[in-house]
Amino acid sequence: MDSRQRPLSPHLGIYRPQITSVLSILHRLTGVALAFGAVLLTYWLSAGAYGPEAFARAQEFMGSWFGRSILLGLTFSLFYHLCNGIRHLAWDAGWGFELPTLRATGWIVLIASVILTGVTWVLAYKAAGIL
Amino acid sequence: MSMRTPLNRARGSGSTKDGTGHWWAQRLTGVALVPLTLWFVFSVISLAGADYAAFKAWAGDYGRAVLLILLIIAIFHHAQLGLQVVIEDYVHKEATKVVMMVVMKFAVYLCAAGCLVAVLKFALGS
Repeated sequence: MDSRQRPLSPHLGIYRPQITSVLSILHRLTGVALAFGAVLLTYWLSAGAYGPEAFARAQEFMGSWFGRSILLGLTFSLFYHLCNGIRHLAWDAGWGFELPTLRATGWIVLIASVILTGVTWVLAYKAAGIL
Repeated sequence: MSMRTPLNRARGSGSTKDGTGHWWAQRLTGVALVPLTLWFVFSVISLAGADYAAFKAWAGDYGRAVLLILLIIAIFHHAQLGLQVVIEDYVHKEATKVVMMVVMKFAVYLCAAGCLVAVLKFALGS
């Protein structure tokens, strides 16, 4: 047998995206996004430590449409990573590996993340006196 | 009597290196971050559009400072563990991997120190 004719396993791109695989990579992506969110948290806290002018600038940035879009993305990332992290902990405990359970918990995680993000932003707008 | 080859022993790495410790630390910080981040999000919401005085009052509270310090330690430890795995998985050139790893770890500790000093500044009332 010619060794050059050996079949190769298909590349990732050949597979149809499934809820299990999409949520898996989303966990990693949101994790990396949250690391950048931690840098933003550092900027915000440091601005507070620097004084009123620096803090006012930081608050202005967070309140701008650009800052708000980043914070919205980070809010969803946080709740998704948190909910899916709990799903991971359940797997670590040996629970939830059957395919129907996997799909169900996946959807629960997604819906819970969207709801928690929505609740957070309604509360934030209420706190800011806009709603 | 060790079953390892002399070369393996010289490299100082067992079959799984220190994977279990890494895995366990990631779960432990993850579990801690569930209540800590939920508390943080719903506490920090009150500061949407707030001025400096409101921030100072918020950050100057003793109990809040304790929770913030725990949050910061857990966040940056967890981030460092996670980013390490991401770099290990996708960066295959040894030199690039080592440089990225060192830069990432230094950046994480720099941010952690920045956050901690900021929290302490308000907690200690200066």
